[in-house]
Amino acid sequence: MSRLEFYSTSGSQAVVESLYRDLEHRIVASPPGLCPVDLAAAFLKMCHAQTCGKCVPCRIGLRQLELLIEDVLEGRATMETLTMIERTAQVISDSADCAIGYEAANMVLKGIKGFRDDYVSHVKTGRCLCNLDQPVPCVAQCPAGVDIPGYIALVGSGRYADAVRLIRKDNPFPGVCGLVCEHPCESRCRRNMMEGAVNIRGLKRYAVDHAGIVPPPQCGEPTGKKVAVIGGGPSGLSAAFYLSLMGHKVTVYEARKQLGGMLRYGIPSYRLPRQELQKDIDAILATGVEVVMNTTIGKDISLAQLNRDYDAVYISIGAHTDKKVGIPGEDSRGVISAVEMLRAMGDNTPPDFTGKKVAVIGGGNVAMDCCRSAVRLGAEVVNVVYRRRQQDMTALPEEVEGALAEGVELLTMMAPMSIEADENENVTALWVQPQRVGGIDRAGRPTPETAKEEQVRVEADVIIIAIGQSIELKAFEEYGVPIHRGTIAALSSGDIENNAGIFAGGDCVTGPATVIKAIAAGKVAAANIDEYLGYQHEITVDIEIPAPYLGKRPSCGRSELPMEKAQERKGNFQCIECGFTDEVANQESKRCLRCDHFGYGVFKGGRQTKW
Amino acid sequence: MVKEMIHLTIDGVAVEVPKDTTILEAARSVGIAVPSLCYLKDLNQIAACRVCVVEIEGIQKLVASCNNKVWEGMVVHTNSPRVREARRVNVELLLTQHNCDCPYCIRSGNCELQKLANHLGLSHLAFHKDVPKTRWDMHFPLIRDASKCIKCMRCVQVCDKVQSLNIWDVSNTGSRTTVDVSHGRTIGEADCALCGQCITHCPVGALQARNDTLPAFDYLNDPGIVTVVQIAPAVRAAWGESLGLPREQATVNRLVAALRRMGFDYIFDTNFSADLTIMEEGSEFLHRLSHKEDYAWPMFTSCCPGWVRFMKSQYPDMVKNLSTAKSPQQMFGAVAKSYFAKTMGIDPHKIRCVSIMPCVAKKQEAAIPVMNNACGDPDVDLVLTTREIDRMIRAEHMDVTCLPEEPFDSPLGTGTGAGVIFGATGGVMEAALRSAYYLVTGSNPPADSFSQVRGMEGWKEAVFEIQGNPIRVAVASGLGNTRRLMEAIRAGKVSYDFVEIMACPGGCAGGGGQPIHEGQELAGVRGQVLYGLDKVNNLRYSHENPSVQKLYRDYLGEPLGHLSHELLHTDHEAWEMPQRPKGK
Repeated sequence: MSRLEFYSTSGSQAVVESLYRDLEHRIVASPPGLCPVDLAAAFLKMCHAQTCGKCVPCRIGLRQLELLIEDVLEGRATMETLTMIERTAQVISDSADCAIGYEAANMVLKGIKGFRDDYVSHVKTGRCLCNLDQPVPCVAQCPAGVDIPGYIALVGSGRYADAVRLIRKDNPFPGVCGLVCEHPCESRCRRNMMEGAVNIRGLKRYAVDHAGIVPPPQCGEPTGKKVAVIGGGPSGLSAAFYLSLMGHKVTVYEARKQLGGMLRYGIPSYRLPRQELQKDIDAILATGVEVVMNTTIGKDISLAQLNRDYDAVYISIGAHTDKKVGIPGEDSRGVISAVEMLRAMGDNTPPDFTGKKVAVIGGGNVAMDCCRSAVRLGAEVVNVVYRRRQQDMTALPEEVEGALAEGVELLTMMAPMSIEADENENVTALWVQPQRVGGIDRAGRPTPETAKEEQVRVEADVIIIAIGQSIELKAFEEYGVPIHRGTIAALSSGDIENNAGIFAGGDCVTGPATVIKAIAAGKVAAANIDEYLGYQHEITVDIEIPAPYLGKRPSCGRSELPMEKAQERKGNFQCIECGFTDEVANQESKRCLRCDHFGYGVFKGGRQTKW
Repeated sequence: MVKEMIHLTIDGVAVEVPKDTTILEAARSVGIAVPSLCYLKDLNQIAACRVCVVEIEGIQKLVASCNNKVWEGMVVHTNSPRVREARRVNVELLLTQHNCDCPYCIRSGNCELQKLANHLGLSHLAFHKDVPKTRWDMHFPLIRDASKCIKCMRCVQVCDKVQSLNIWDVSNTGSRTTVDVSHGRTIGEADCALCGQCITHCPVGALQARNDTLPAFDYLNDPGIVTVVQIAPAVRAAWGESLGLPREQATVNRLVAALRRMGFDYIFDTNFSADLTIMEEGSEFLHRLSHKEDYAWPMFTSCCPGWVRFMKSQYPDMVKNLSTAKSPQQMFGAVAKSYFAKTMGIDPHKIRCVSIMPCVAKKQEAAIPVMNNACGDPDVDLVLTTREIDRMIRAEHMDVTCLPEEPFDSPLGTGTGAGVIFGATGGVMEAALRSAYYLVTGSNPPADSFSQVRGMEGWKEAVFEIQGNPIRVAVASGLGNTRRLMEAIRAGKVSYDFVEIMACPGGCAGGGGQPIHEGQELAGVRGQVLYGLDKVNNLRYSHENPSVQKLYRDYLGEPLGHLSHELLHTDHEAWEMPQRPKGK
């Protein structure tokens, strides 16, 4: 026996380590709609396997919790069982020696509070409340319910125009989404169980890039009904597209000079080239949608007027006004809002930051759009000031990485305190207070707390405030549209209570959200407006989906979309992301596990050929 | 368009099938019987049981043959060692969760799991048994035994896709996944029509009609009770199937002999009360036609209790469109405990009226509290399905092949050809039109004048002229077809005067109480038997049924008269039915 030995991993330990990774992947790929009590029981069993066995609460208590939850699942429990579970878990939480015990008990406590109804349902009816409505994970996660396995199979068969047609059944912005969708579809992709999600957005982009011009479907018989859409952004144009296909006459009222909403006035062209946006808009307008530009509701025309002149109205005005930080000096010259800056860029009148020192306040995607645009507009220094850590930013990680590569500095754990200006009211600096990491909040991020450190001066000629947007609601509120916490209070159907015939959706209802959510809201509104007008038109597409490959799927990692070189791309507004090559697109499409065919989707939920 | 043909090899046999054929169907087309449990052609091709897996050369994984299509040059092995092993283990796994108390299971001998386990030669089970428990109201006419369910999901699919009622759904996830009543309801709270199609499409004994054979034997054994039994039209087309009797031998008169041996005191024919129904319902239709503005249109038939339940739960505002006539079963009971009891001098309270029906919903119809107009007791005391009477015949150890053909008793044993076709879709409409024509014109139309409404199509329509007046009729069978028809009526897309609905596809011939045959839909064949019986009957018009004529003459007076109204009509609003869940 040596006095000391260098640690080396044993064979079995190495396998266990790899199983840990497998399990992590598997948890990532958990489909929505599973019984939470059953999962709680499974989690607990794993936690218990981590117990060393020294202490009573953890060694014995966790086992007793397992048995009690088993009683619940097997229909042997009473309401007293639930009390027993809570009491036992509380004791373990209070008296376990180490985190293995008390954190396991805390998971049980969190569950019994968080999904108590499910526990009660098991006790009282012997069954749970959950429901696997849409078992195909990507489709379930896509707000618009796009037939993702379907179009991936079409891409794999080289049928790109069919892929675009299939996407358009649920989403009239395939080009836009191929470039900028936040791809929630990838989050639970079953391929995560193996190596990582299929690059769904990349394949969508590939389909659009190779499909050529795909004309929209024929419109249905004219119904003679007229619908006004307020706001020509993704939600309004989506509603307009489907309503037009259904045979209704749609007129879009747009306040600005051009259509596109936040797609044009929120997303810089290096992420979404304008010709791609225009292609989608052109296809939508080709269905016969009429457009009235430069017209603001409440100023140029009233909601009452629209409500009189049209059989139904869809409000999709987005969230286009800025939010203030509320710190001294915010009125100084050189302080601008993200909304203001991106809007100017949308109309091709960008500010000139040549040689300027720019500070951006915020940590979301809009902050990234601003800082990366500032680099392209000639700024000498661009600092992003954020009061939490980099990993807590709400911006997509690839956006943050892209910004860093282009030379943006992140000043994290810094809360903006005041803006310093010279005697001419011109901004000279931003003062920030260093923060330290505190406890975890509900969303799972640590709360920033003031550190015992001096404030820091960040030199700046321009300060861009990118901390969120709000909604201009006055004209709608005056008409009697109900408002809740700064958004329009619409139902999940898009209906507005006590305002028959008026519907709303998109950012003006949800608050600033994603493109695909806005599109989904437009789709929902179109269906319910059609219904309101007394019709049941069906949106459908007749495309045969290729049969899946039946053999084993060999291991194959996920391909990422290549980027233009940072040093080259940062000098212009050209698209920074490159598409897949034919070879890679083909490989990536074959990674799809075809959950539409293999698994529950072939029985329930699964492919919806019409809506 | 000529479909492209695909060439493949299955177990060494060259096979040619049209493009898009599944591997399983391709194999079966050349007599290679790939076994399956969950598969139900066109309705349930979900590859769940993994019993139909096959090996395809060049494909590493075993492939479910039920939902994967053939391709050119495919080489398939349906019985390779890997396939055999997988099939055997998967069946063993199913058996671990299956209550294998086969000797006293209703489906013993007609169970797909039992058959397959036998075929595979299983002699013991290497796994732990883990049989789920059942929570169910055992008094309800439809019973689900969770301990026997193999989660094939056929019941879910039949109810969703054929009957459009979505009564069943998957419940729980993970290892506890099972089938249960949808939306967290109990069966008593559900808008189940009780059509019983889930039962006839269950491969095992998980779904059953309530077993009422024991009380039936109790009646027969009680000397203080007079048993009066009626045999529904469609029963005669199916009762011999599970007894191994060829159709030509399985006549209703041989069934009469069996019932007589069993000890029933009076054996009558529901055809009689079907004719009576025509007199009442036909007269009601003509009355409504002559008072058009007083009624909601179209008028719907009311013979099918599954349909009445459907109407009450799905379209409660249209219940007033239903004919108020009771069904033949209930009319029979009301007449048996009034006219018949009086004629024979029997205390009606001593009569137990038993009916033999191709139906599950009839069990519930007999129990409707207001169906007691003859003497205050229920018009019908006990309903047995065709399957139950077959079980009783077996329990009596009767060799049906040796039974003679015997006549029904009199007077409620006489029925016409119009009465017998009640058991097939379109039959009620056709019978009603034959008599309505007579009632309007005073002369009989040729008996086959209205044969346009026959056949297995789910939604048929026709226009007939009676004395220059067009009568627009529609006939639907199966509740999915019915829903389409109802929605079209409500949307104003179609307009009819008289509509016949039967809840089961093909009508009572395909009823939920009929014998079960895996993978076969026999409603069409059985319906043909009934139309054959109509053709050879000397009486083909309900109004010419001499016993019905005598009943009106001696007792009821006239159709729609006071006594008829009291005994033979009902208020469909007088009882509650769970409503369709909102948002469905």
